Amino acid sequence: MNGEKVVEPLSFEKSAPGRKGLPWPVCDVPVIQVDKQIPANLLRTEPAQLPELSEPQVVRHFTRLSHLNYSIDTNFYPLGSCTMKHNPKVNDRIVQIPDFAGLHPLRPHELSQGILEILYEVERWLSEICGMDAFTLQPSAGAQGELTGILVARAYHEHRGEKRPVVLIPDSAHGTNPASVALAGLTAVTVKSTADGQVDLDDLLQKLTKDVALVMMTIPSTLGLFEPRIQDIAKKIHDAGALLYMDGANLNALVGLVRPGDLGVDVLHVNLHKTFATPHGGGGPGAGPVGVKKALEPFLPVPRVAFENGVYRRKFDRTNTIGRVHGFQGNVGVLIRAYAYMRLQGAEGLRDISENAILAANYLKAKLTPLFPKMPAGACMHEVVVSGEGAFGPGVRTLDVAKRLLDYGYYAPTIYFPMIVPEALMIEPTENESKETLDHFVETFRTIIAESKATPDLVKTAPHTTPVRRLDEVRAARDPRLRYKP
Amino acid sequence: MFIPHTDEQKKDMLATIGVARFDDLIGALPKNLVRPKLNLPGSMSEMELVRHMEELASRDHLAQSYLGAGAYEHFVPTAVWSVALRGEFATAYTPYQAEASQGTLQSIFEFQSLICELFKMDVANASMYDGASAAAEACLVAAKHTGRNEILVPETVHPQTLRVIQTYLAHSGARVTSVPCPNGILEPTVLQKHLGPDTAALLIQNPNFFGCLESHVQELSDLIHKAGGLLIASTYPVALGLIAPPGEYGADIAVAEGQSLGLPLAYGGPYLGLFACKNELLRKMPGRVVGQTLDADGKRAFVLTLQAREQHIRREKATSNICTNQALCALAATIYLSLVGKNGFKELATLNFQKAHYAAQVLAKGAFAPVFQHPFFNEFVVRCPTSPEKIVERLAKKRVLAGLPLGAYYKDRADQLLVCVTEIKTKADMDQFGDLLAEAAR
Repeated sequence: MNGEKVVEPLSFEKSAPGRKGLPWPVCDVPVIQVDKQIPANLLRTEPAQLPELSEPQVVRHFTRLSHLNYSIDTNFYPLGSCTMKHNPKVNDRIVQIPDFAGLHPLRPHELSQGILEILYEVERWLSEICGMDAFTLQPSAGAQGELTGILVARAYHEHRGEKRPVVLIPDSAHGTNPASVALAGLTAVTVKSTADGQVDLDDLLQKLTKDVALVMMTIPSTLGLFEPRIQDIAKKIHDAGALLYMDGANLNALVGLVRPGDLGVDVLHVNLHKTFATPHGGGGPGAGPVGVKKALEPFLPVPRVAFENGVYRRKFDRTNTIGRVHGFQGNVGVLIRAYAYMRLQGAEGLRDISENAILAANYLKAKLTPLFPKMPAGACMHEVVVSGEGAFGPGVRTLDVAKRLLDYGYYAPTIYFPMIVPEALMIEPTENESKETLDHFVETFRTIIAESKATPDLVKTAPHTTPVRRLDEVRAARDPRLRYKP
Repeated sequence: MFIPHTDEQKKDMLATIGVARFDDLIGALPKNLVRPKLNLPGSMSEMELVRHMEELASRDHLAQSYLGAGAYEHFVPTAVWSVALRGEFATAYTPYQAEASQGTLQSIFEFQSLICELFKMDVANASMYDGASAAAEACLVAAKHTGRNEILVPETVHPQTLRVIQTYLAHSGARVTSVPCPNGILEPTVLQKHLGPDTAALLIQNPNFFGCLESHVQELSDLIHKAGGLLIASTYPVALGLIAPPGEYGADIAVAEGQSLGLPLAYGGPYLGLFACKNELLRKMPGRVVGQTLDADGKRAFVLTLQAREQHIRREKATSNICTNQALCALAATIYLSLVGKNGFKELATLNFQKAHYAAQVLAKGAFAPVFQHPFFNEFVVRCPTSPEKIVERLAKKRVLAGLPLGAYYKDRADQLLVCVTEIKTKADMDQFGDLLAEAAR
């Protein structure tokens, strides 16, 4: 360990030669000689240096690591735009039902009727909730959903004989939007925002030429605001022959309240790991299903799920499809969880979720307003975005306050995003946090702001109580050490 | 339930906000569109839900499966998911605040280390969506790195991986050229004919889609390198307990579907894309990477690093649009490999090898002769005396999956069936399978 102080040793550092964690059964077939079947030059010359640990050592190692994390199960996790809501425990049990866990993805449809029914219904219900005509469940994450949606839109235009190389994206958009556009071989052009965080309509209209394939908007926006002119904007986009893409990252504000399809959205992705309560898993797996209006359906990835004469089937025969974005059918385990969540809630329960998410965000906003001089007026949707400018003591930045929140047992909100808000803090309480928690969170903010004025260094050097303190990120990037070396 | 507010509290909250009713908060929504009637099923209690899901699952109950083809039925030790599903791991998100995410970060660092060991490569990322998208991203890296546009893909690569590559490359300027392999493996003489000044990379799958080991892998590696291209090797992690890893034959990028490392089949996902490369390609590697550093007190700690490549900083100039990984699946694989350990991993691979070779003998005796004579690991192709589709259909009625008929993927292989055998099969299972096949062929 080179004399370094260590919180928890690496598994490799606990290894001892000859130790075993898992016994395999004795081979019950006649043993043949491996090197008679496989020439020596195709065989591994020395075994992979995996750690050698007993089962209790492995269990303790990873359990101790787990204790170093903040999580929804242990802490309020107000990470804006990520919708860190409760992940129902029953879903862990459901996905581990052996007849689900053991389903091979290439099974013939006769032996996949239960799972195909689930996938079919998830497509149908998402269509109903979003006001779309069809969904593909294949994309593994929001970003892959974006890529899929953009490829589908591109194929739609090209099928009509139109070359439209440009995608318009507001400057408040998530960084994956332009990255996905680039991967789809199109050019991202940025649309300005107005001072109040809405899209600058003049700028949008000026850039809305016949080169534009798609306008990508996050609804509600990354500032947590609903664009009241959206139907008008959609009409102008359609008049220009372009399509409206909705980044559905913030769908938790809309379920049961308004359907994106009714607003004029032509294609969208939704994040099941946000709105539909599947676990974020420390950064995946998620799922980013893509919904489209009728005209775009022929271009969706294959396979598609169909229900014909009482039988569910996977369909591959779509001549205009963009192809596949996943090796098999997508993150089905995540889709099963989303199915179960929708069944638990029903239509009313889902709407109740959105209403309570909006209520909690506005409550938090009202309570935080006296603490932040730059708090915008008016109602927000499911999250509140505020600038830290002018709120903290001398030299104290949003980053410092975020780190200090960790000392008080809160994960930090999303910070410095959207980039158009200086010193941004993006706070999303979700429908799950109690009024008591929200009140305590606000009091903690009040305390930290007082600290930032009285003892700014205390805040600037935070966190103090976490398993490790601030990290030397420059060192990590300058001299990359990306794996264990004995 | 999941919403904690009492009616009384909701009233208080609205009063604090300063509005009379909830609808005052959603005034921006178009009035005529608010609260549409949704045609969804009614809500269920948890108890009803469990019963309903168990019923759905039971419809597809299966006795035995010999289906592989990129997704493998391996034994998953109980400790893997018992630990991985701990809420502290499962309900955390991307470790932006490293001080409060060391559990996730260190486990990813261990994951990267294990994958490098397994593949014998220099560096690995924190994982990608699945094996197919990892292969596609590798092709994009190769095209960018070499400034060339042609990716050679032999017919022995999984057809569905190829399909994903085609989607990802469609508008990149790079293109895929298929290389024929009538003999079930890629012959160096055939590769030679396809190499040219625009060849960016050769993608091989080893063991390949037919289960064969690519016998000339070192020669293929030398040829592509001499032509100025990269070697991308797609592999099957469990096989690496026995067969040479990509780093040993000079692969520049190694990718794999990591599902075999402790993940359930789950009808295709979530799986785990593995991606590793040589040091020279580090700055072009897509996806998240965790690095080791020190904290303010000099303690060893882990952090997301080399983020200058990533979308949230580089936006349209990023190396890829991927913004997460499959962290929880990577964690499960990390626990799995830690538990199986160095000797156990070799033992596991040997069991797969032995059982598959026994099954191949049993099948050959029953008139299902092997199509290829190349060495194989745990998967092989047999020629069927009658239509493979019919055989699969007949066995399906007995809730046994016989394997994958190849006719749907290769027109000239309509009489062939791809069969996979892992450690979970017993001698009795395979003897019975042999009988069932013989009966179905009659």
